[in-house]
Amino acid sequence: MKSTPYLLSLPALLLFGAIVVIPLVMTVLLSFHDWGQYKGIEPVFILKNWHEVFTDSYFLEMFGRTFRIAFFVTLFAALLGAPEAYILNRMKSPWRGLFLLVILGPLLISVVARTLGWALLFGGNSGLINKALTSMGLISAPLPFMFTETGVIVALTHVLMPYMVLAVWAALQRLDPQVENAAVALGAGPFTVLRRIVLPQVMPGILSGAIIVFALAASAFATPAIIGGRRLKVASTLAYDEFLNTLNWPLGAAVAVLLLVALVAIVVGASRLVERRYAQVFG
Amino acid sequence: MSFLSLEGLSKRFGTHTAVDGLTLAVEKGEFVSLLGPSGCGKTTTLQMIAGFVEPSGGAIRLEGRDLLAMKPAKRGLGIVFQSYALFPHMTVAENVAFGLEMQGVAAVERSKRVGETLELVGLGAFTGRFPRQLSGGQQQRVALARALVIRPQILLLDEPLSNLDAKLREEMQIELRQIQRTVGTTTILVTHDQAEAMALSDRVVVMNHGRAEQIGPPHEAYERPATPFVANFLGRTNLVNGTTVRPEKIWFATSGLAGKVRTRIFQGNHWLYQVETAGGLVTVIRQNTGEAMPGEGESVHLAWDGVPPHATRGEVSAKRTEGS
Repeated sequence: MKSTPYLLSLPALLLFGAIVVIPLVMTVLLSFHDWGQYKGIEPVFILKNWHEVFTDSYFLEMFGRTFRIAFFVTLFAALLGAPEAYILNRMKSPWRGLFLLVILGPLLISVVARTLGWALLFGGNSGLINKALTSMGLISAPLPFMFTETGVIVALTHVLMPYMVLAVWAALQRLDPQVENAAVALGAGPFTVLRRIVLPQVMPGILSGAIIVFALAASAFATPAIIGGRRLKVASTLAYDEFLNTLNWPLGAAVAVLLLVALVAIVVGASRLVERRYAQVFG
Repeated sequence: MSFLSLEGLSKRFGTHTAVDGLTLAVEKGEFVSLLGPSGCGKTTTLQMIAGFVEPSGGAIRLEGRDLLAMKPAKRGLGIVFQSYALFPHMTVAENVAFGLEMQGVAAVERSKRVGETLELVGLGAFTGRFPRQLSGGQQQRVALARALVIRPQILLLDEPLSNLDAKLREEMQIELRQIQRTVGTTTILVTHDQAEAMALSDRVVVMNHGRAEQIGPPHEAYERPATPFVANFLGRTNLVNGTTVRPEKIWFATSGLAGKVRTRIFQGNHWLYQVETAGGLVTVIRQNTGEAMPGEGESVHLAWDGVPPHATRGEVSAKRTEGS
């Protein structure tokens, strides 16, 4: 029966429809509704929210910041995560498992706890590291961390690093160790082997890791909420504020939908590009 | 003084001795095979020459120079790996050019030599392809071209044909031999395939448990095996009344060792017999000349050189059993 596979996946499809598609459609519809301080939400069809989101420079700034943060988080995750995965891959048996656990450890701890850890280390005058550095006389004023983009980028890079390490690790696993030996036998030094042989082969892994990290960084909520707070908002915390503080649900919905659409466009575009670039080489 | 010499080369992994005092002298231009079952130490020996494994003892000299004092990248050896180990992100031409680039050969000279070498292995038309767009045999040729283009003093081949199907393997054997003769590079082949070793090499080194059981020309090792291991490894043997006889050297005669055909298998160019005799089960291989051969269950007599009475060589005769 041709319809059997569809019938079998029907329960999952129904669940998916109920908890993802319907709320999403409702959010999209909500973004076209009107809202007023005293009248609340009016179920009409207007473009007011979308017009506001696209013309008010405040929203442009928020989205600019969101994607700037996501970009730098991705960059640093790649710069640190790829070498980390490579070193991990070359470690011998007991150490490898141990350090893999150290790297993946953050995934086992709640994002909130991890981010608060950063806040404890760097937060204002009482932050542990700031205190130590000040008392050693290395800095006169505490390093700004809380409510700064740098702070959000550092904390998010730490939080999302495991995804990059895992993606690169998977790519490294597929490498034939003899290929490195072949390059060495042809006269390549260790750095040349790394740059000309290993890096190009794990590039698809780095890029797929980058797509995951970018998407998670751009839509992250807990870390920007704790480190950035309400002084340094990003798209996700902005939508949250519109929903729960201003109670302007339609505007919050417009922000959330725009973030989703922009992210989907970026992620799909990037993975298409990666696939096309590497189809011929790695198939 | 020989071109390449291994002097008491040993490798121990913990308590396991992989290579045990191997001594071998290879002449310039010679094709030598290290032959043996898996775990006999042949690959470890190759890796010690290449520099990927550090010996526990002994020396390797190339034209008198101590090879062990040189880093693998400086040894200038051409290696063809079992998995080919091509650079998957580079085209065929880039793969072959890599070694020349590392030597700092100028671009014009480089592309000339890459072109020549790819012509030599018959891949002149595939320069722009990526490895995964090539068949196994073609990848094998790229690996060979990549190893040869740097004009290595020694070419090391690590089971280069084991990933190819039987027919292609035979073709590549012939081609490999021709290419090696053309360029004249001293070659060391590691293989577990005795037919391959015998087809390609000037000399074979039959290895077992890390030791060389016999070193000599293939024909000599086959005809006069130094040990029972060599005899068994280089083809089938029969042990009849205390003497070893190759199955293809036994023929059916009118008199001789009496026996009864237990199985007869047709293999195209030859017949494979198992004959039950008083001295045990004897394997006999007879060329398929189109003549009638004894069938299963028939009583036969077996003769071979040195076993009286001497029958005429090649004479095929079998006493028919009643009723057949």
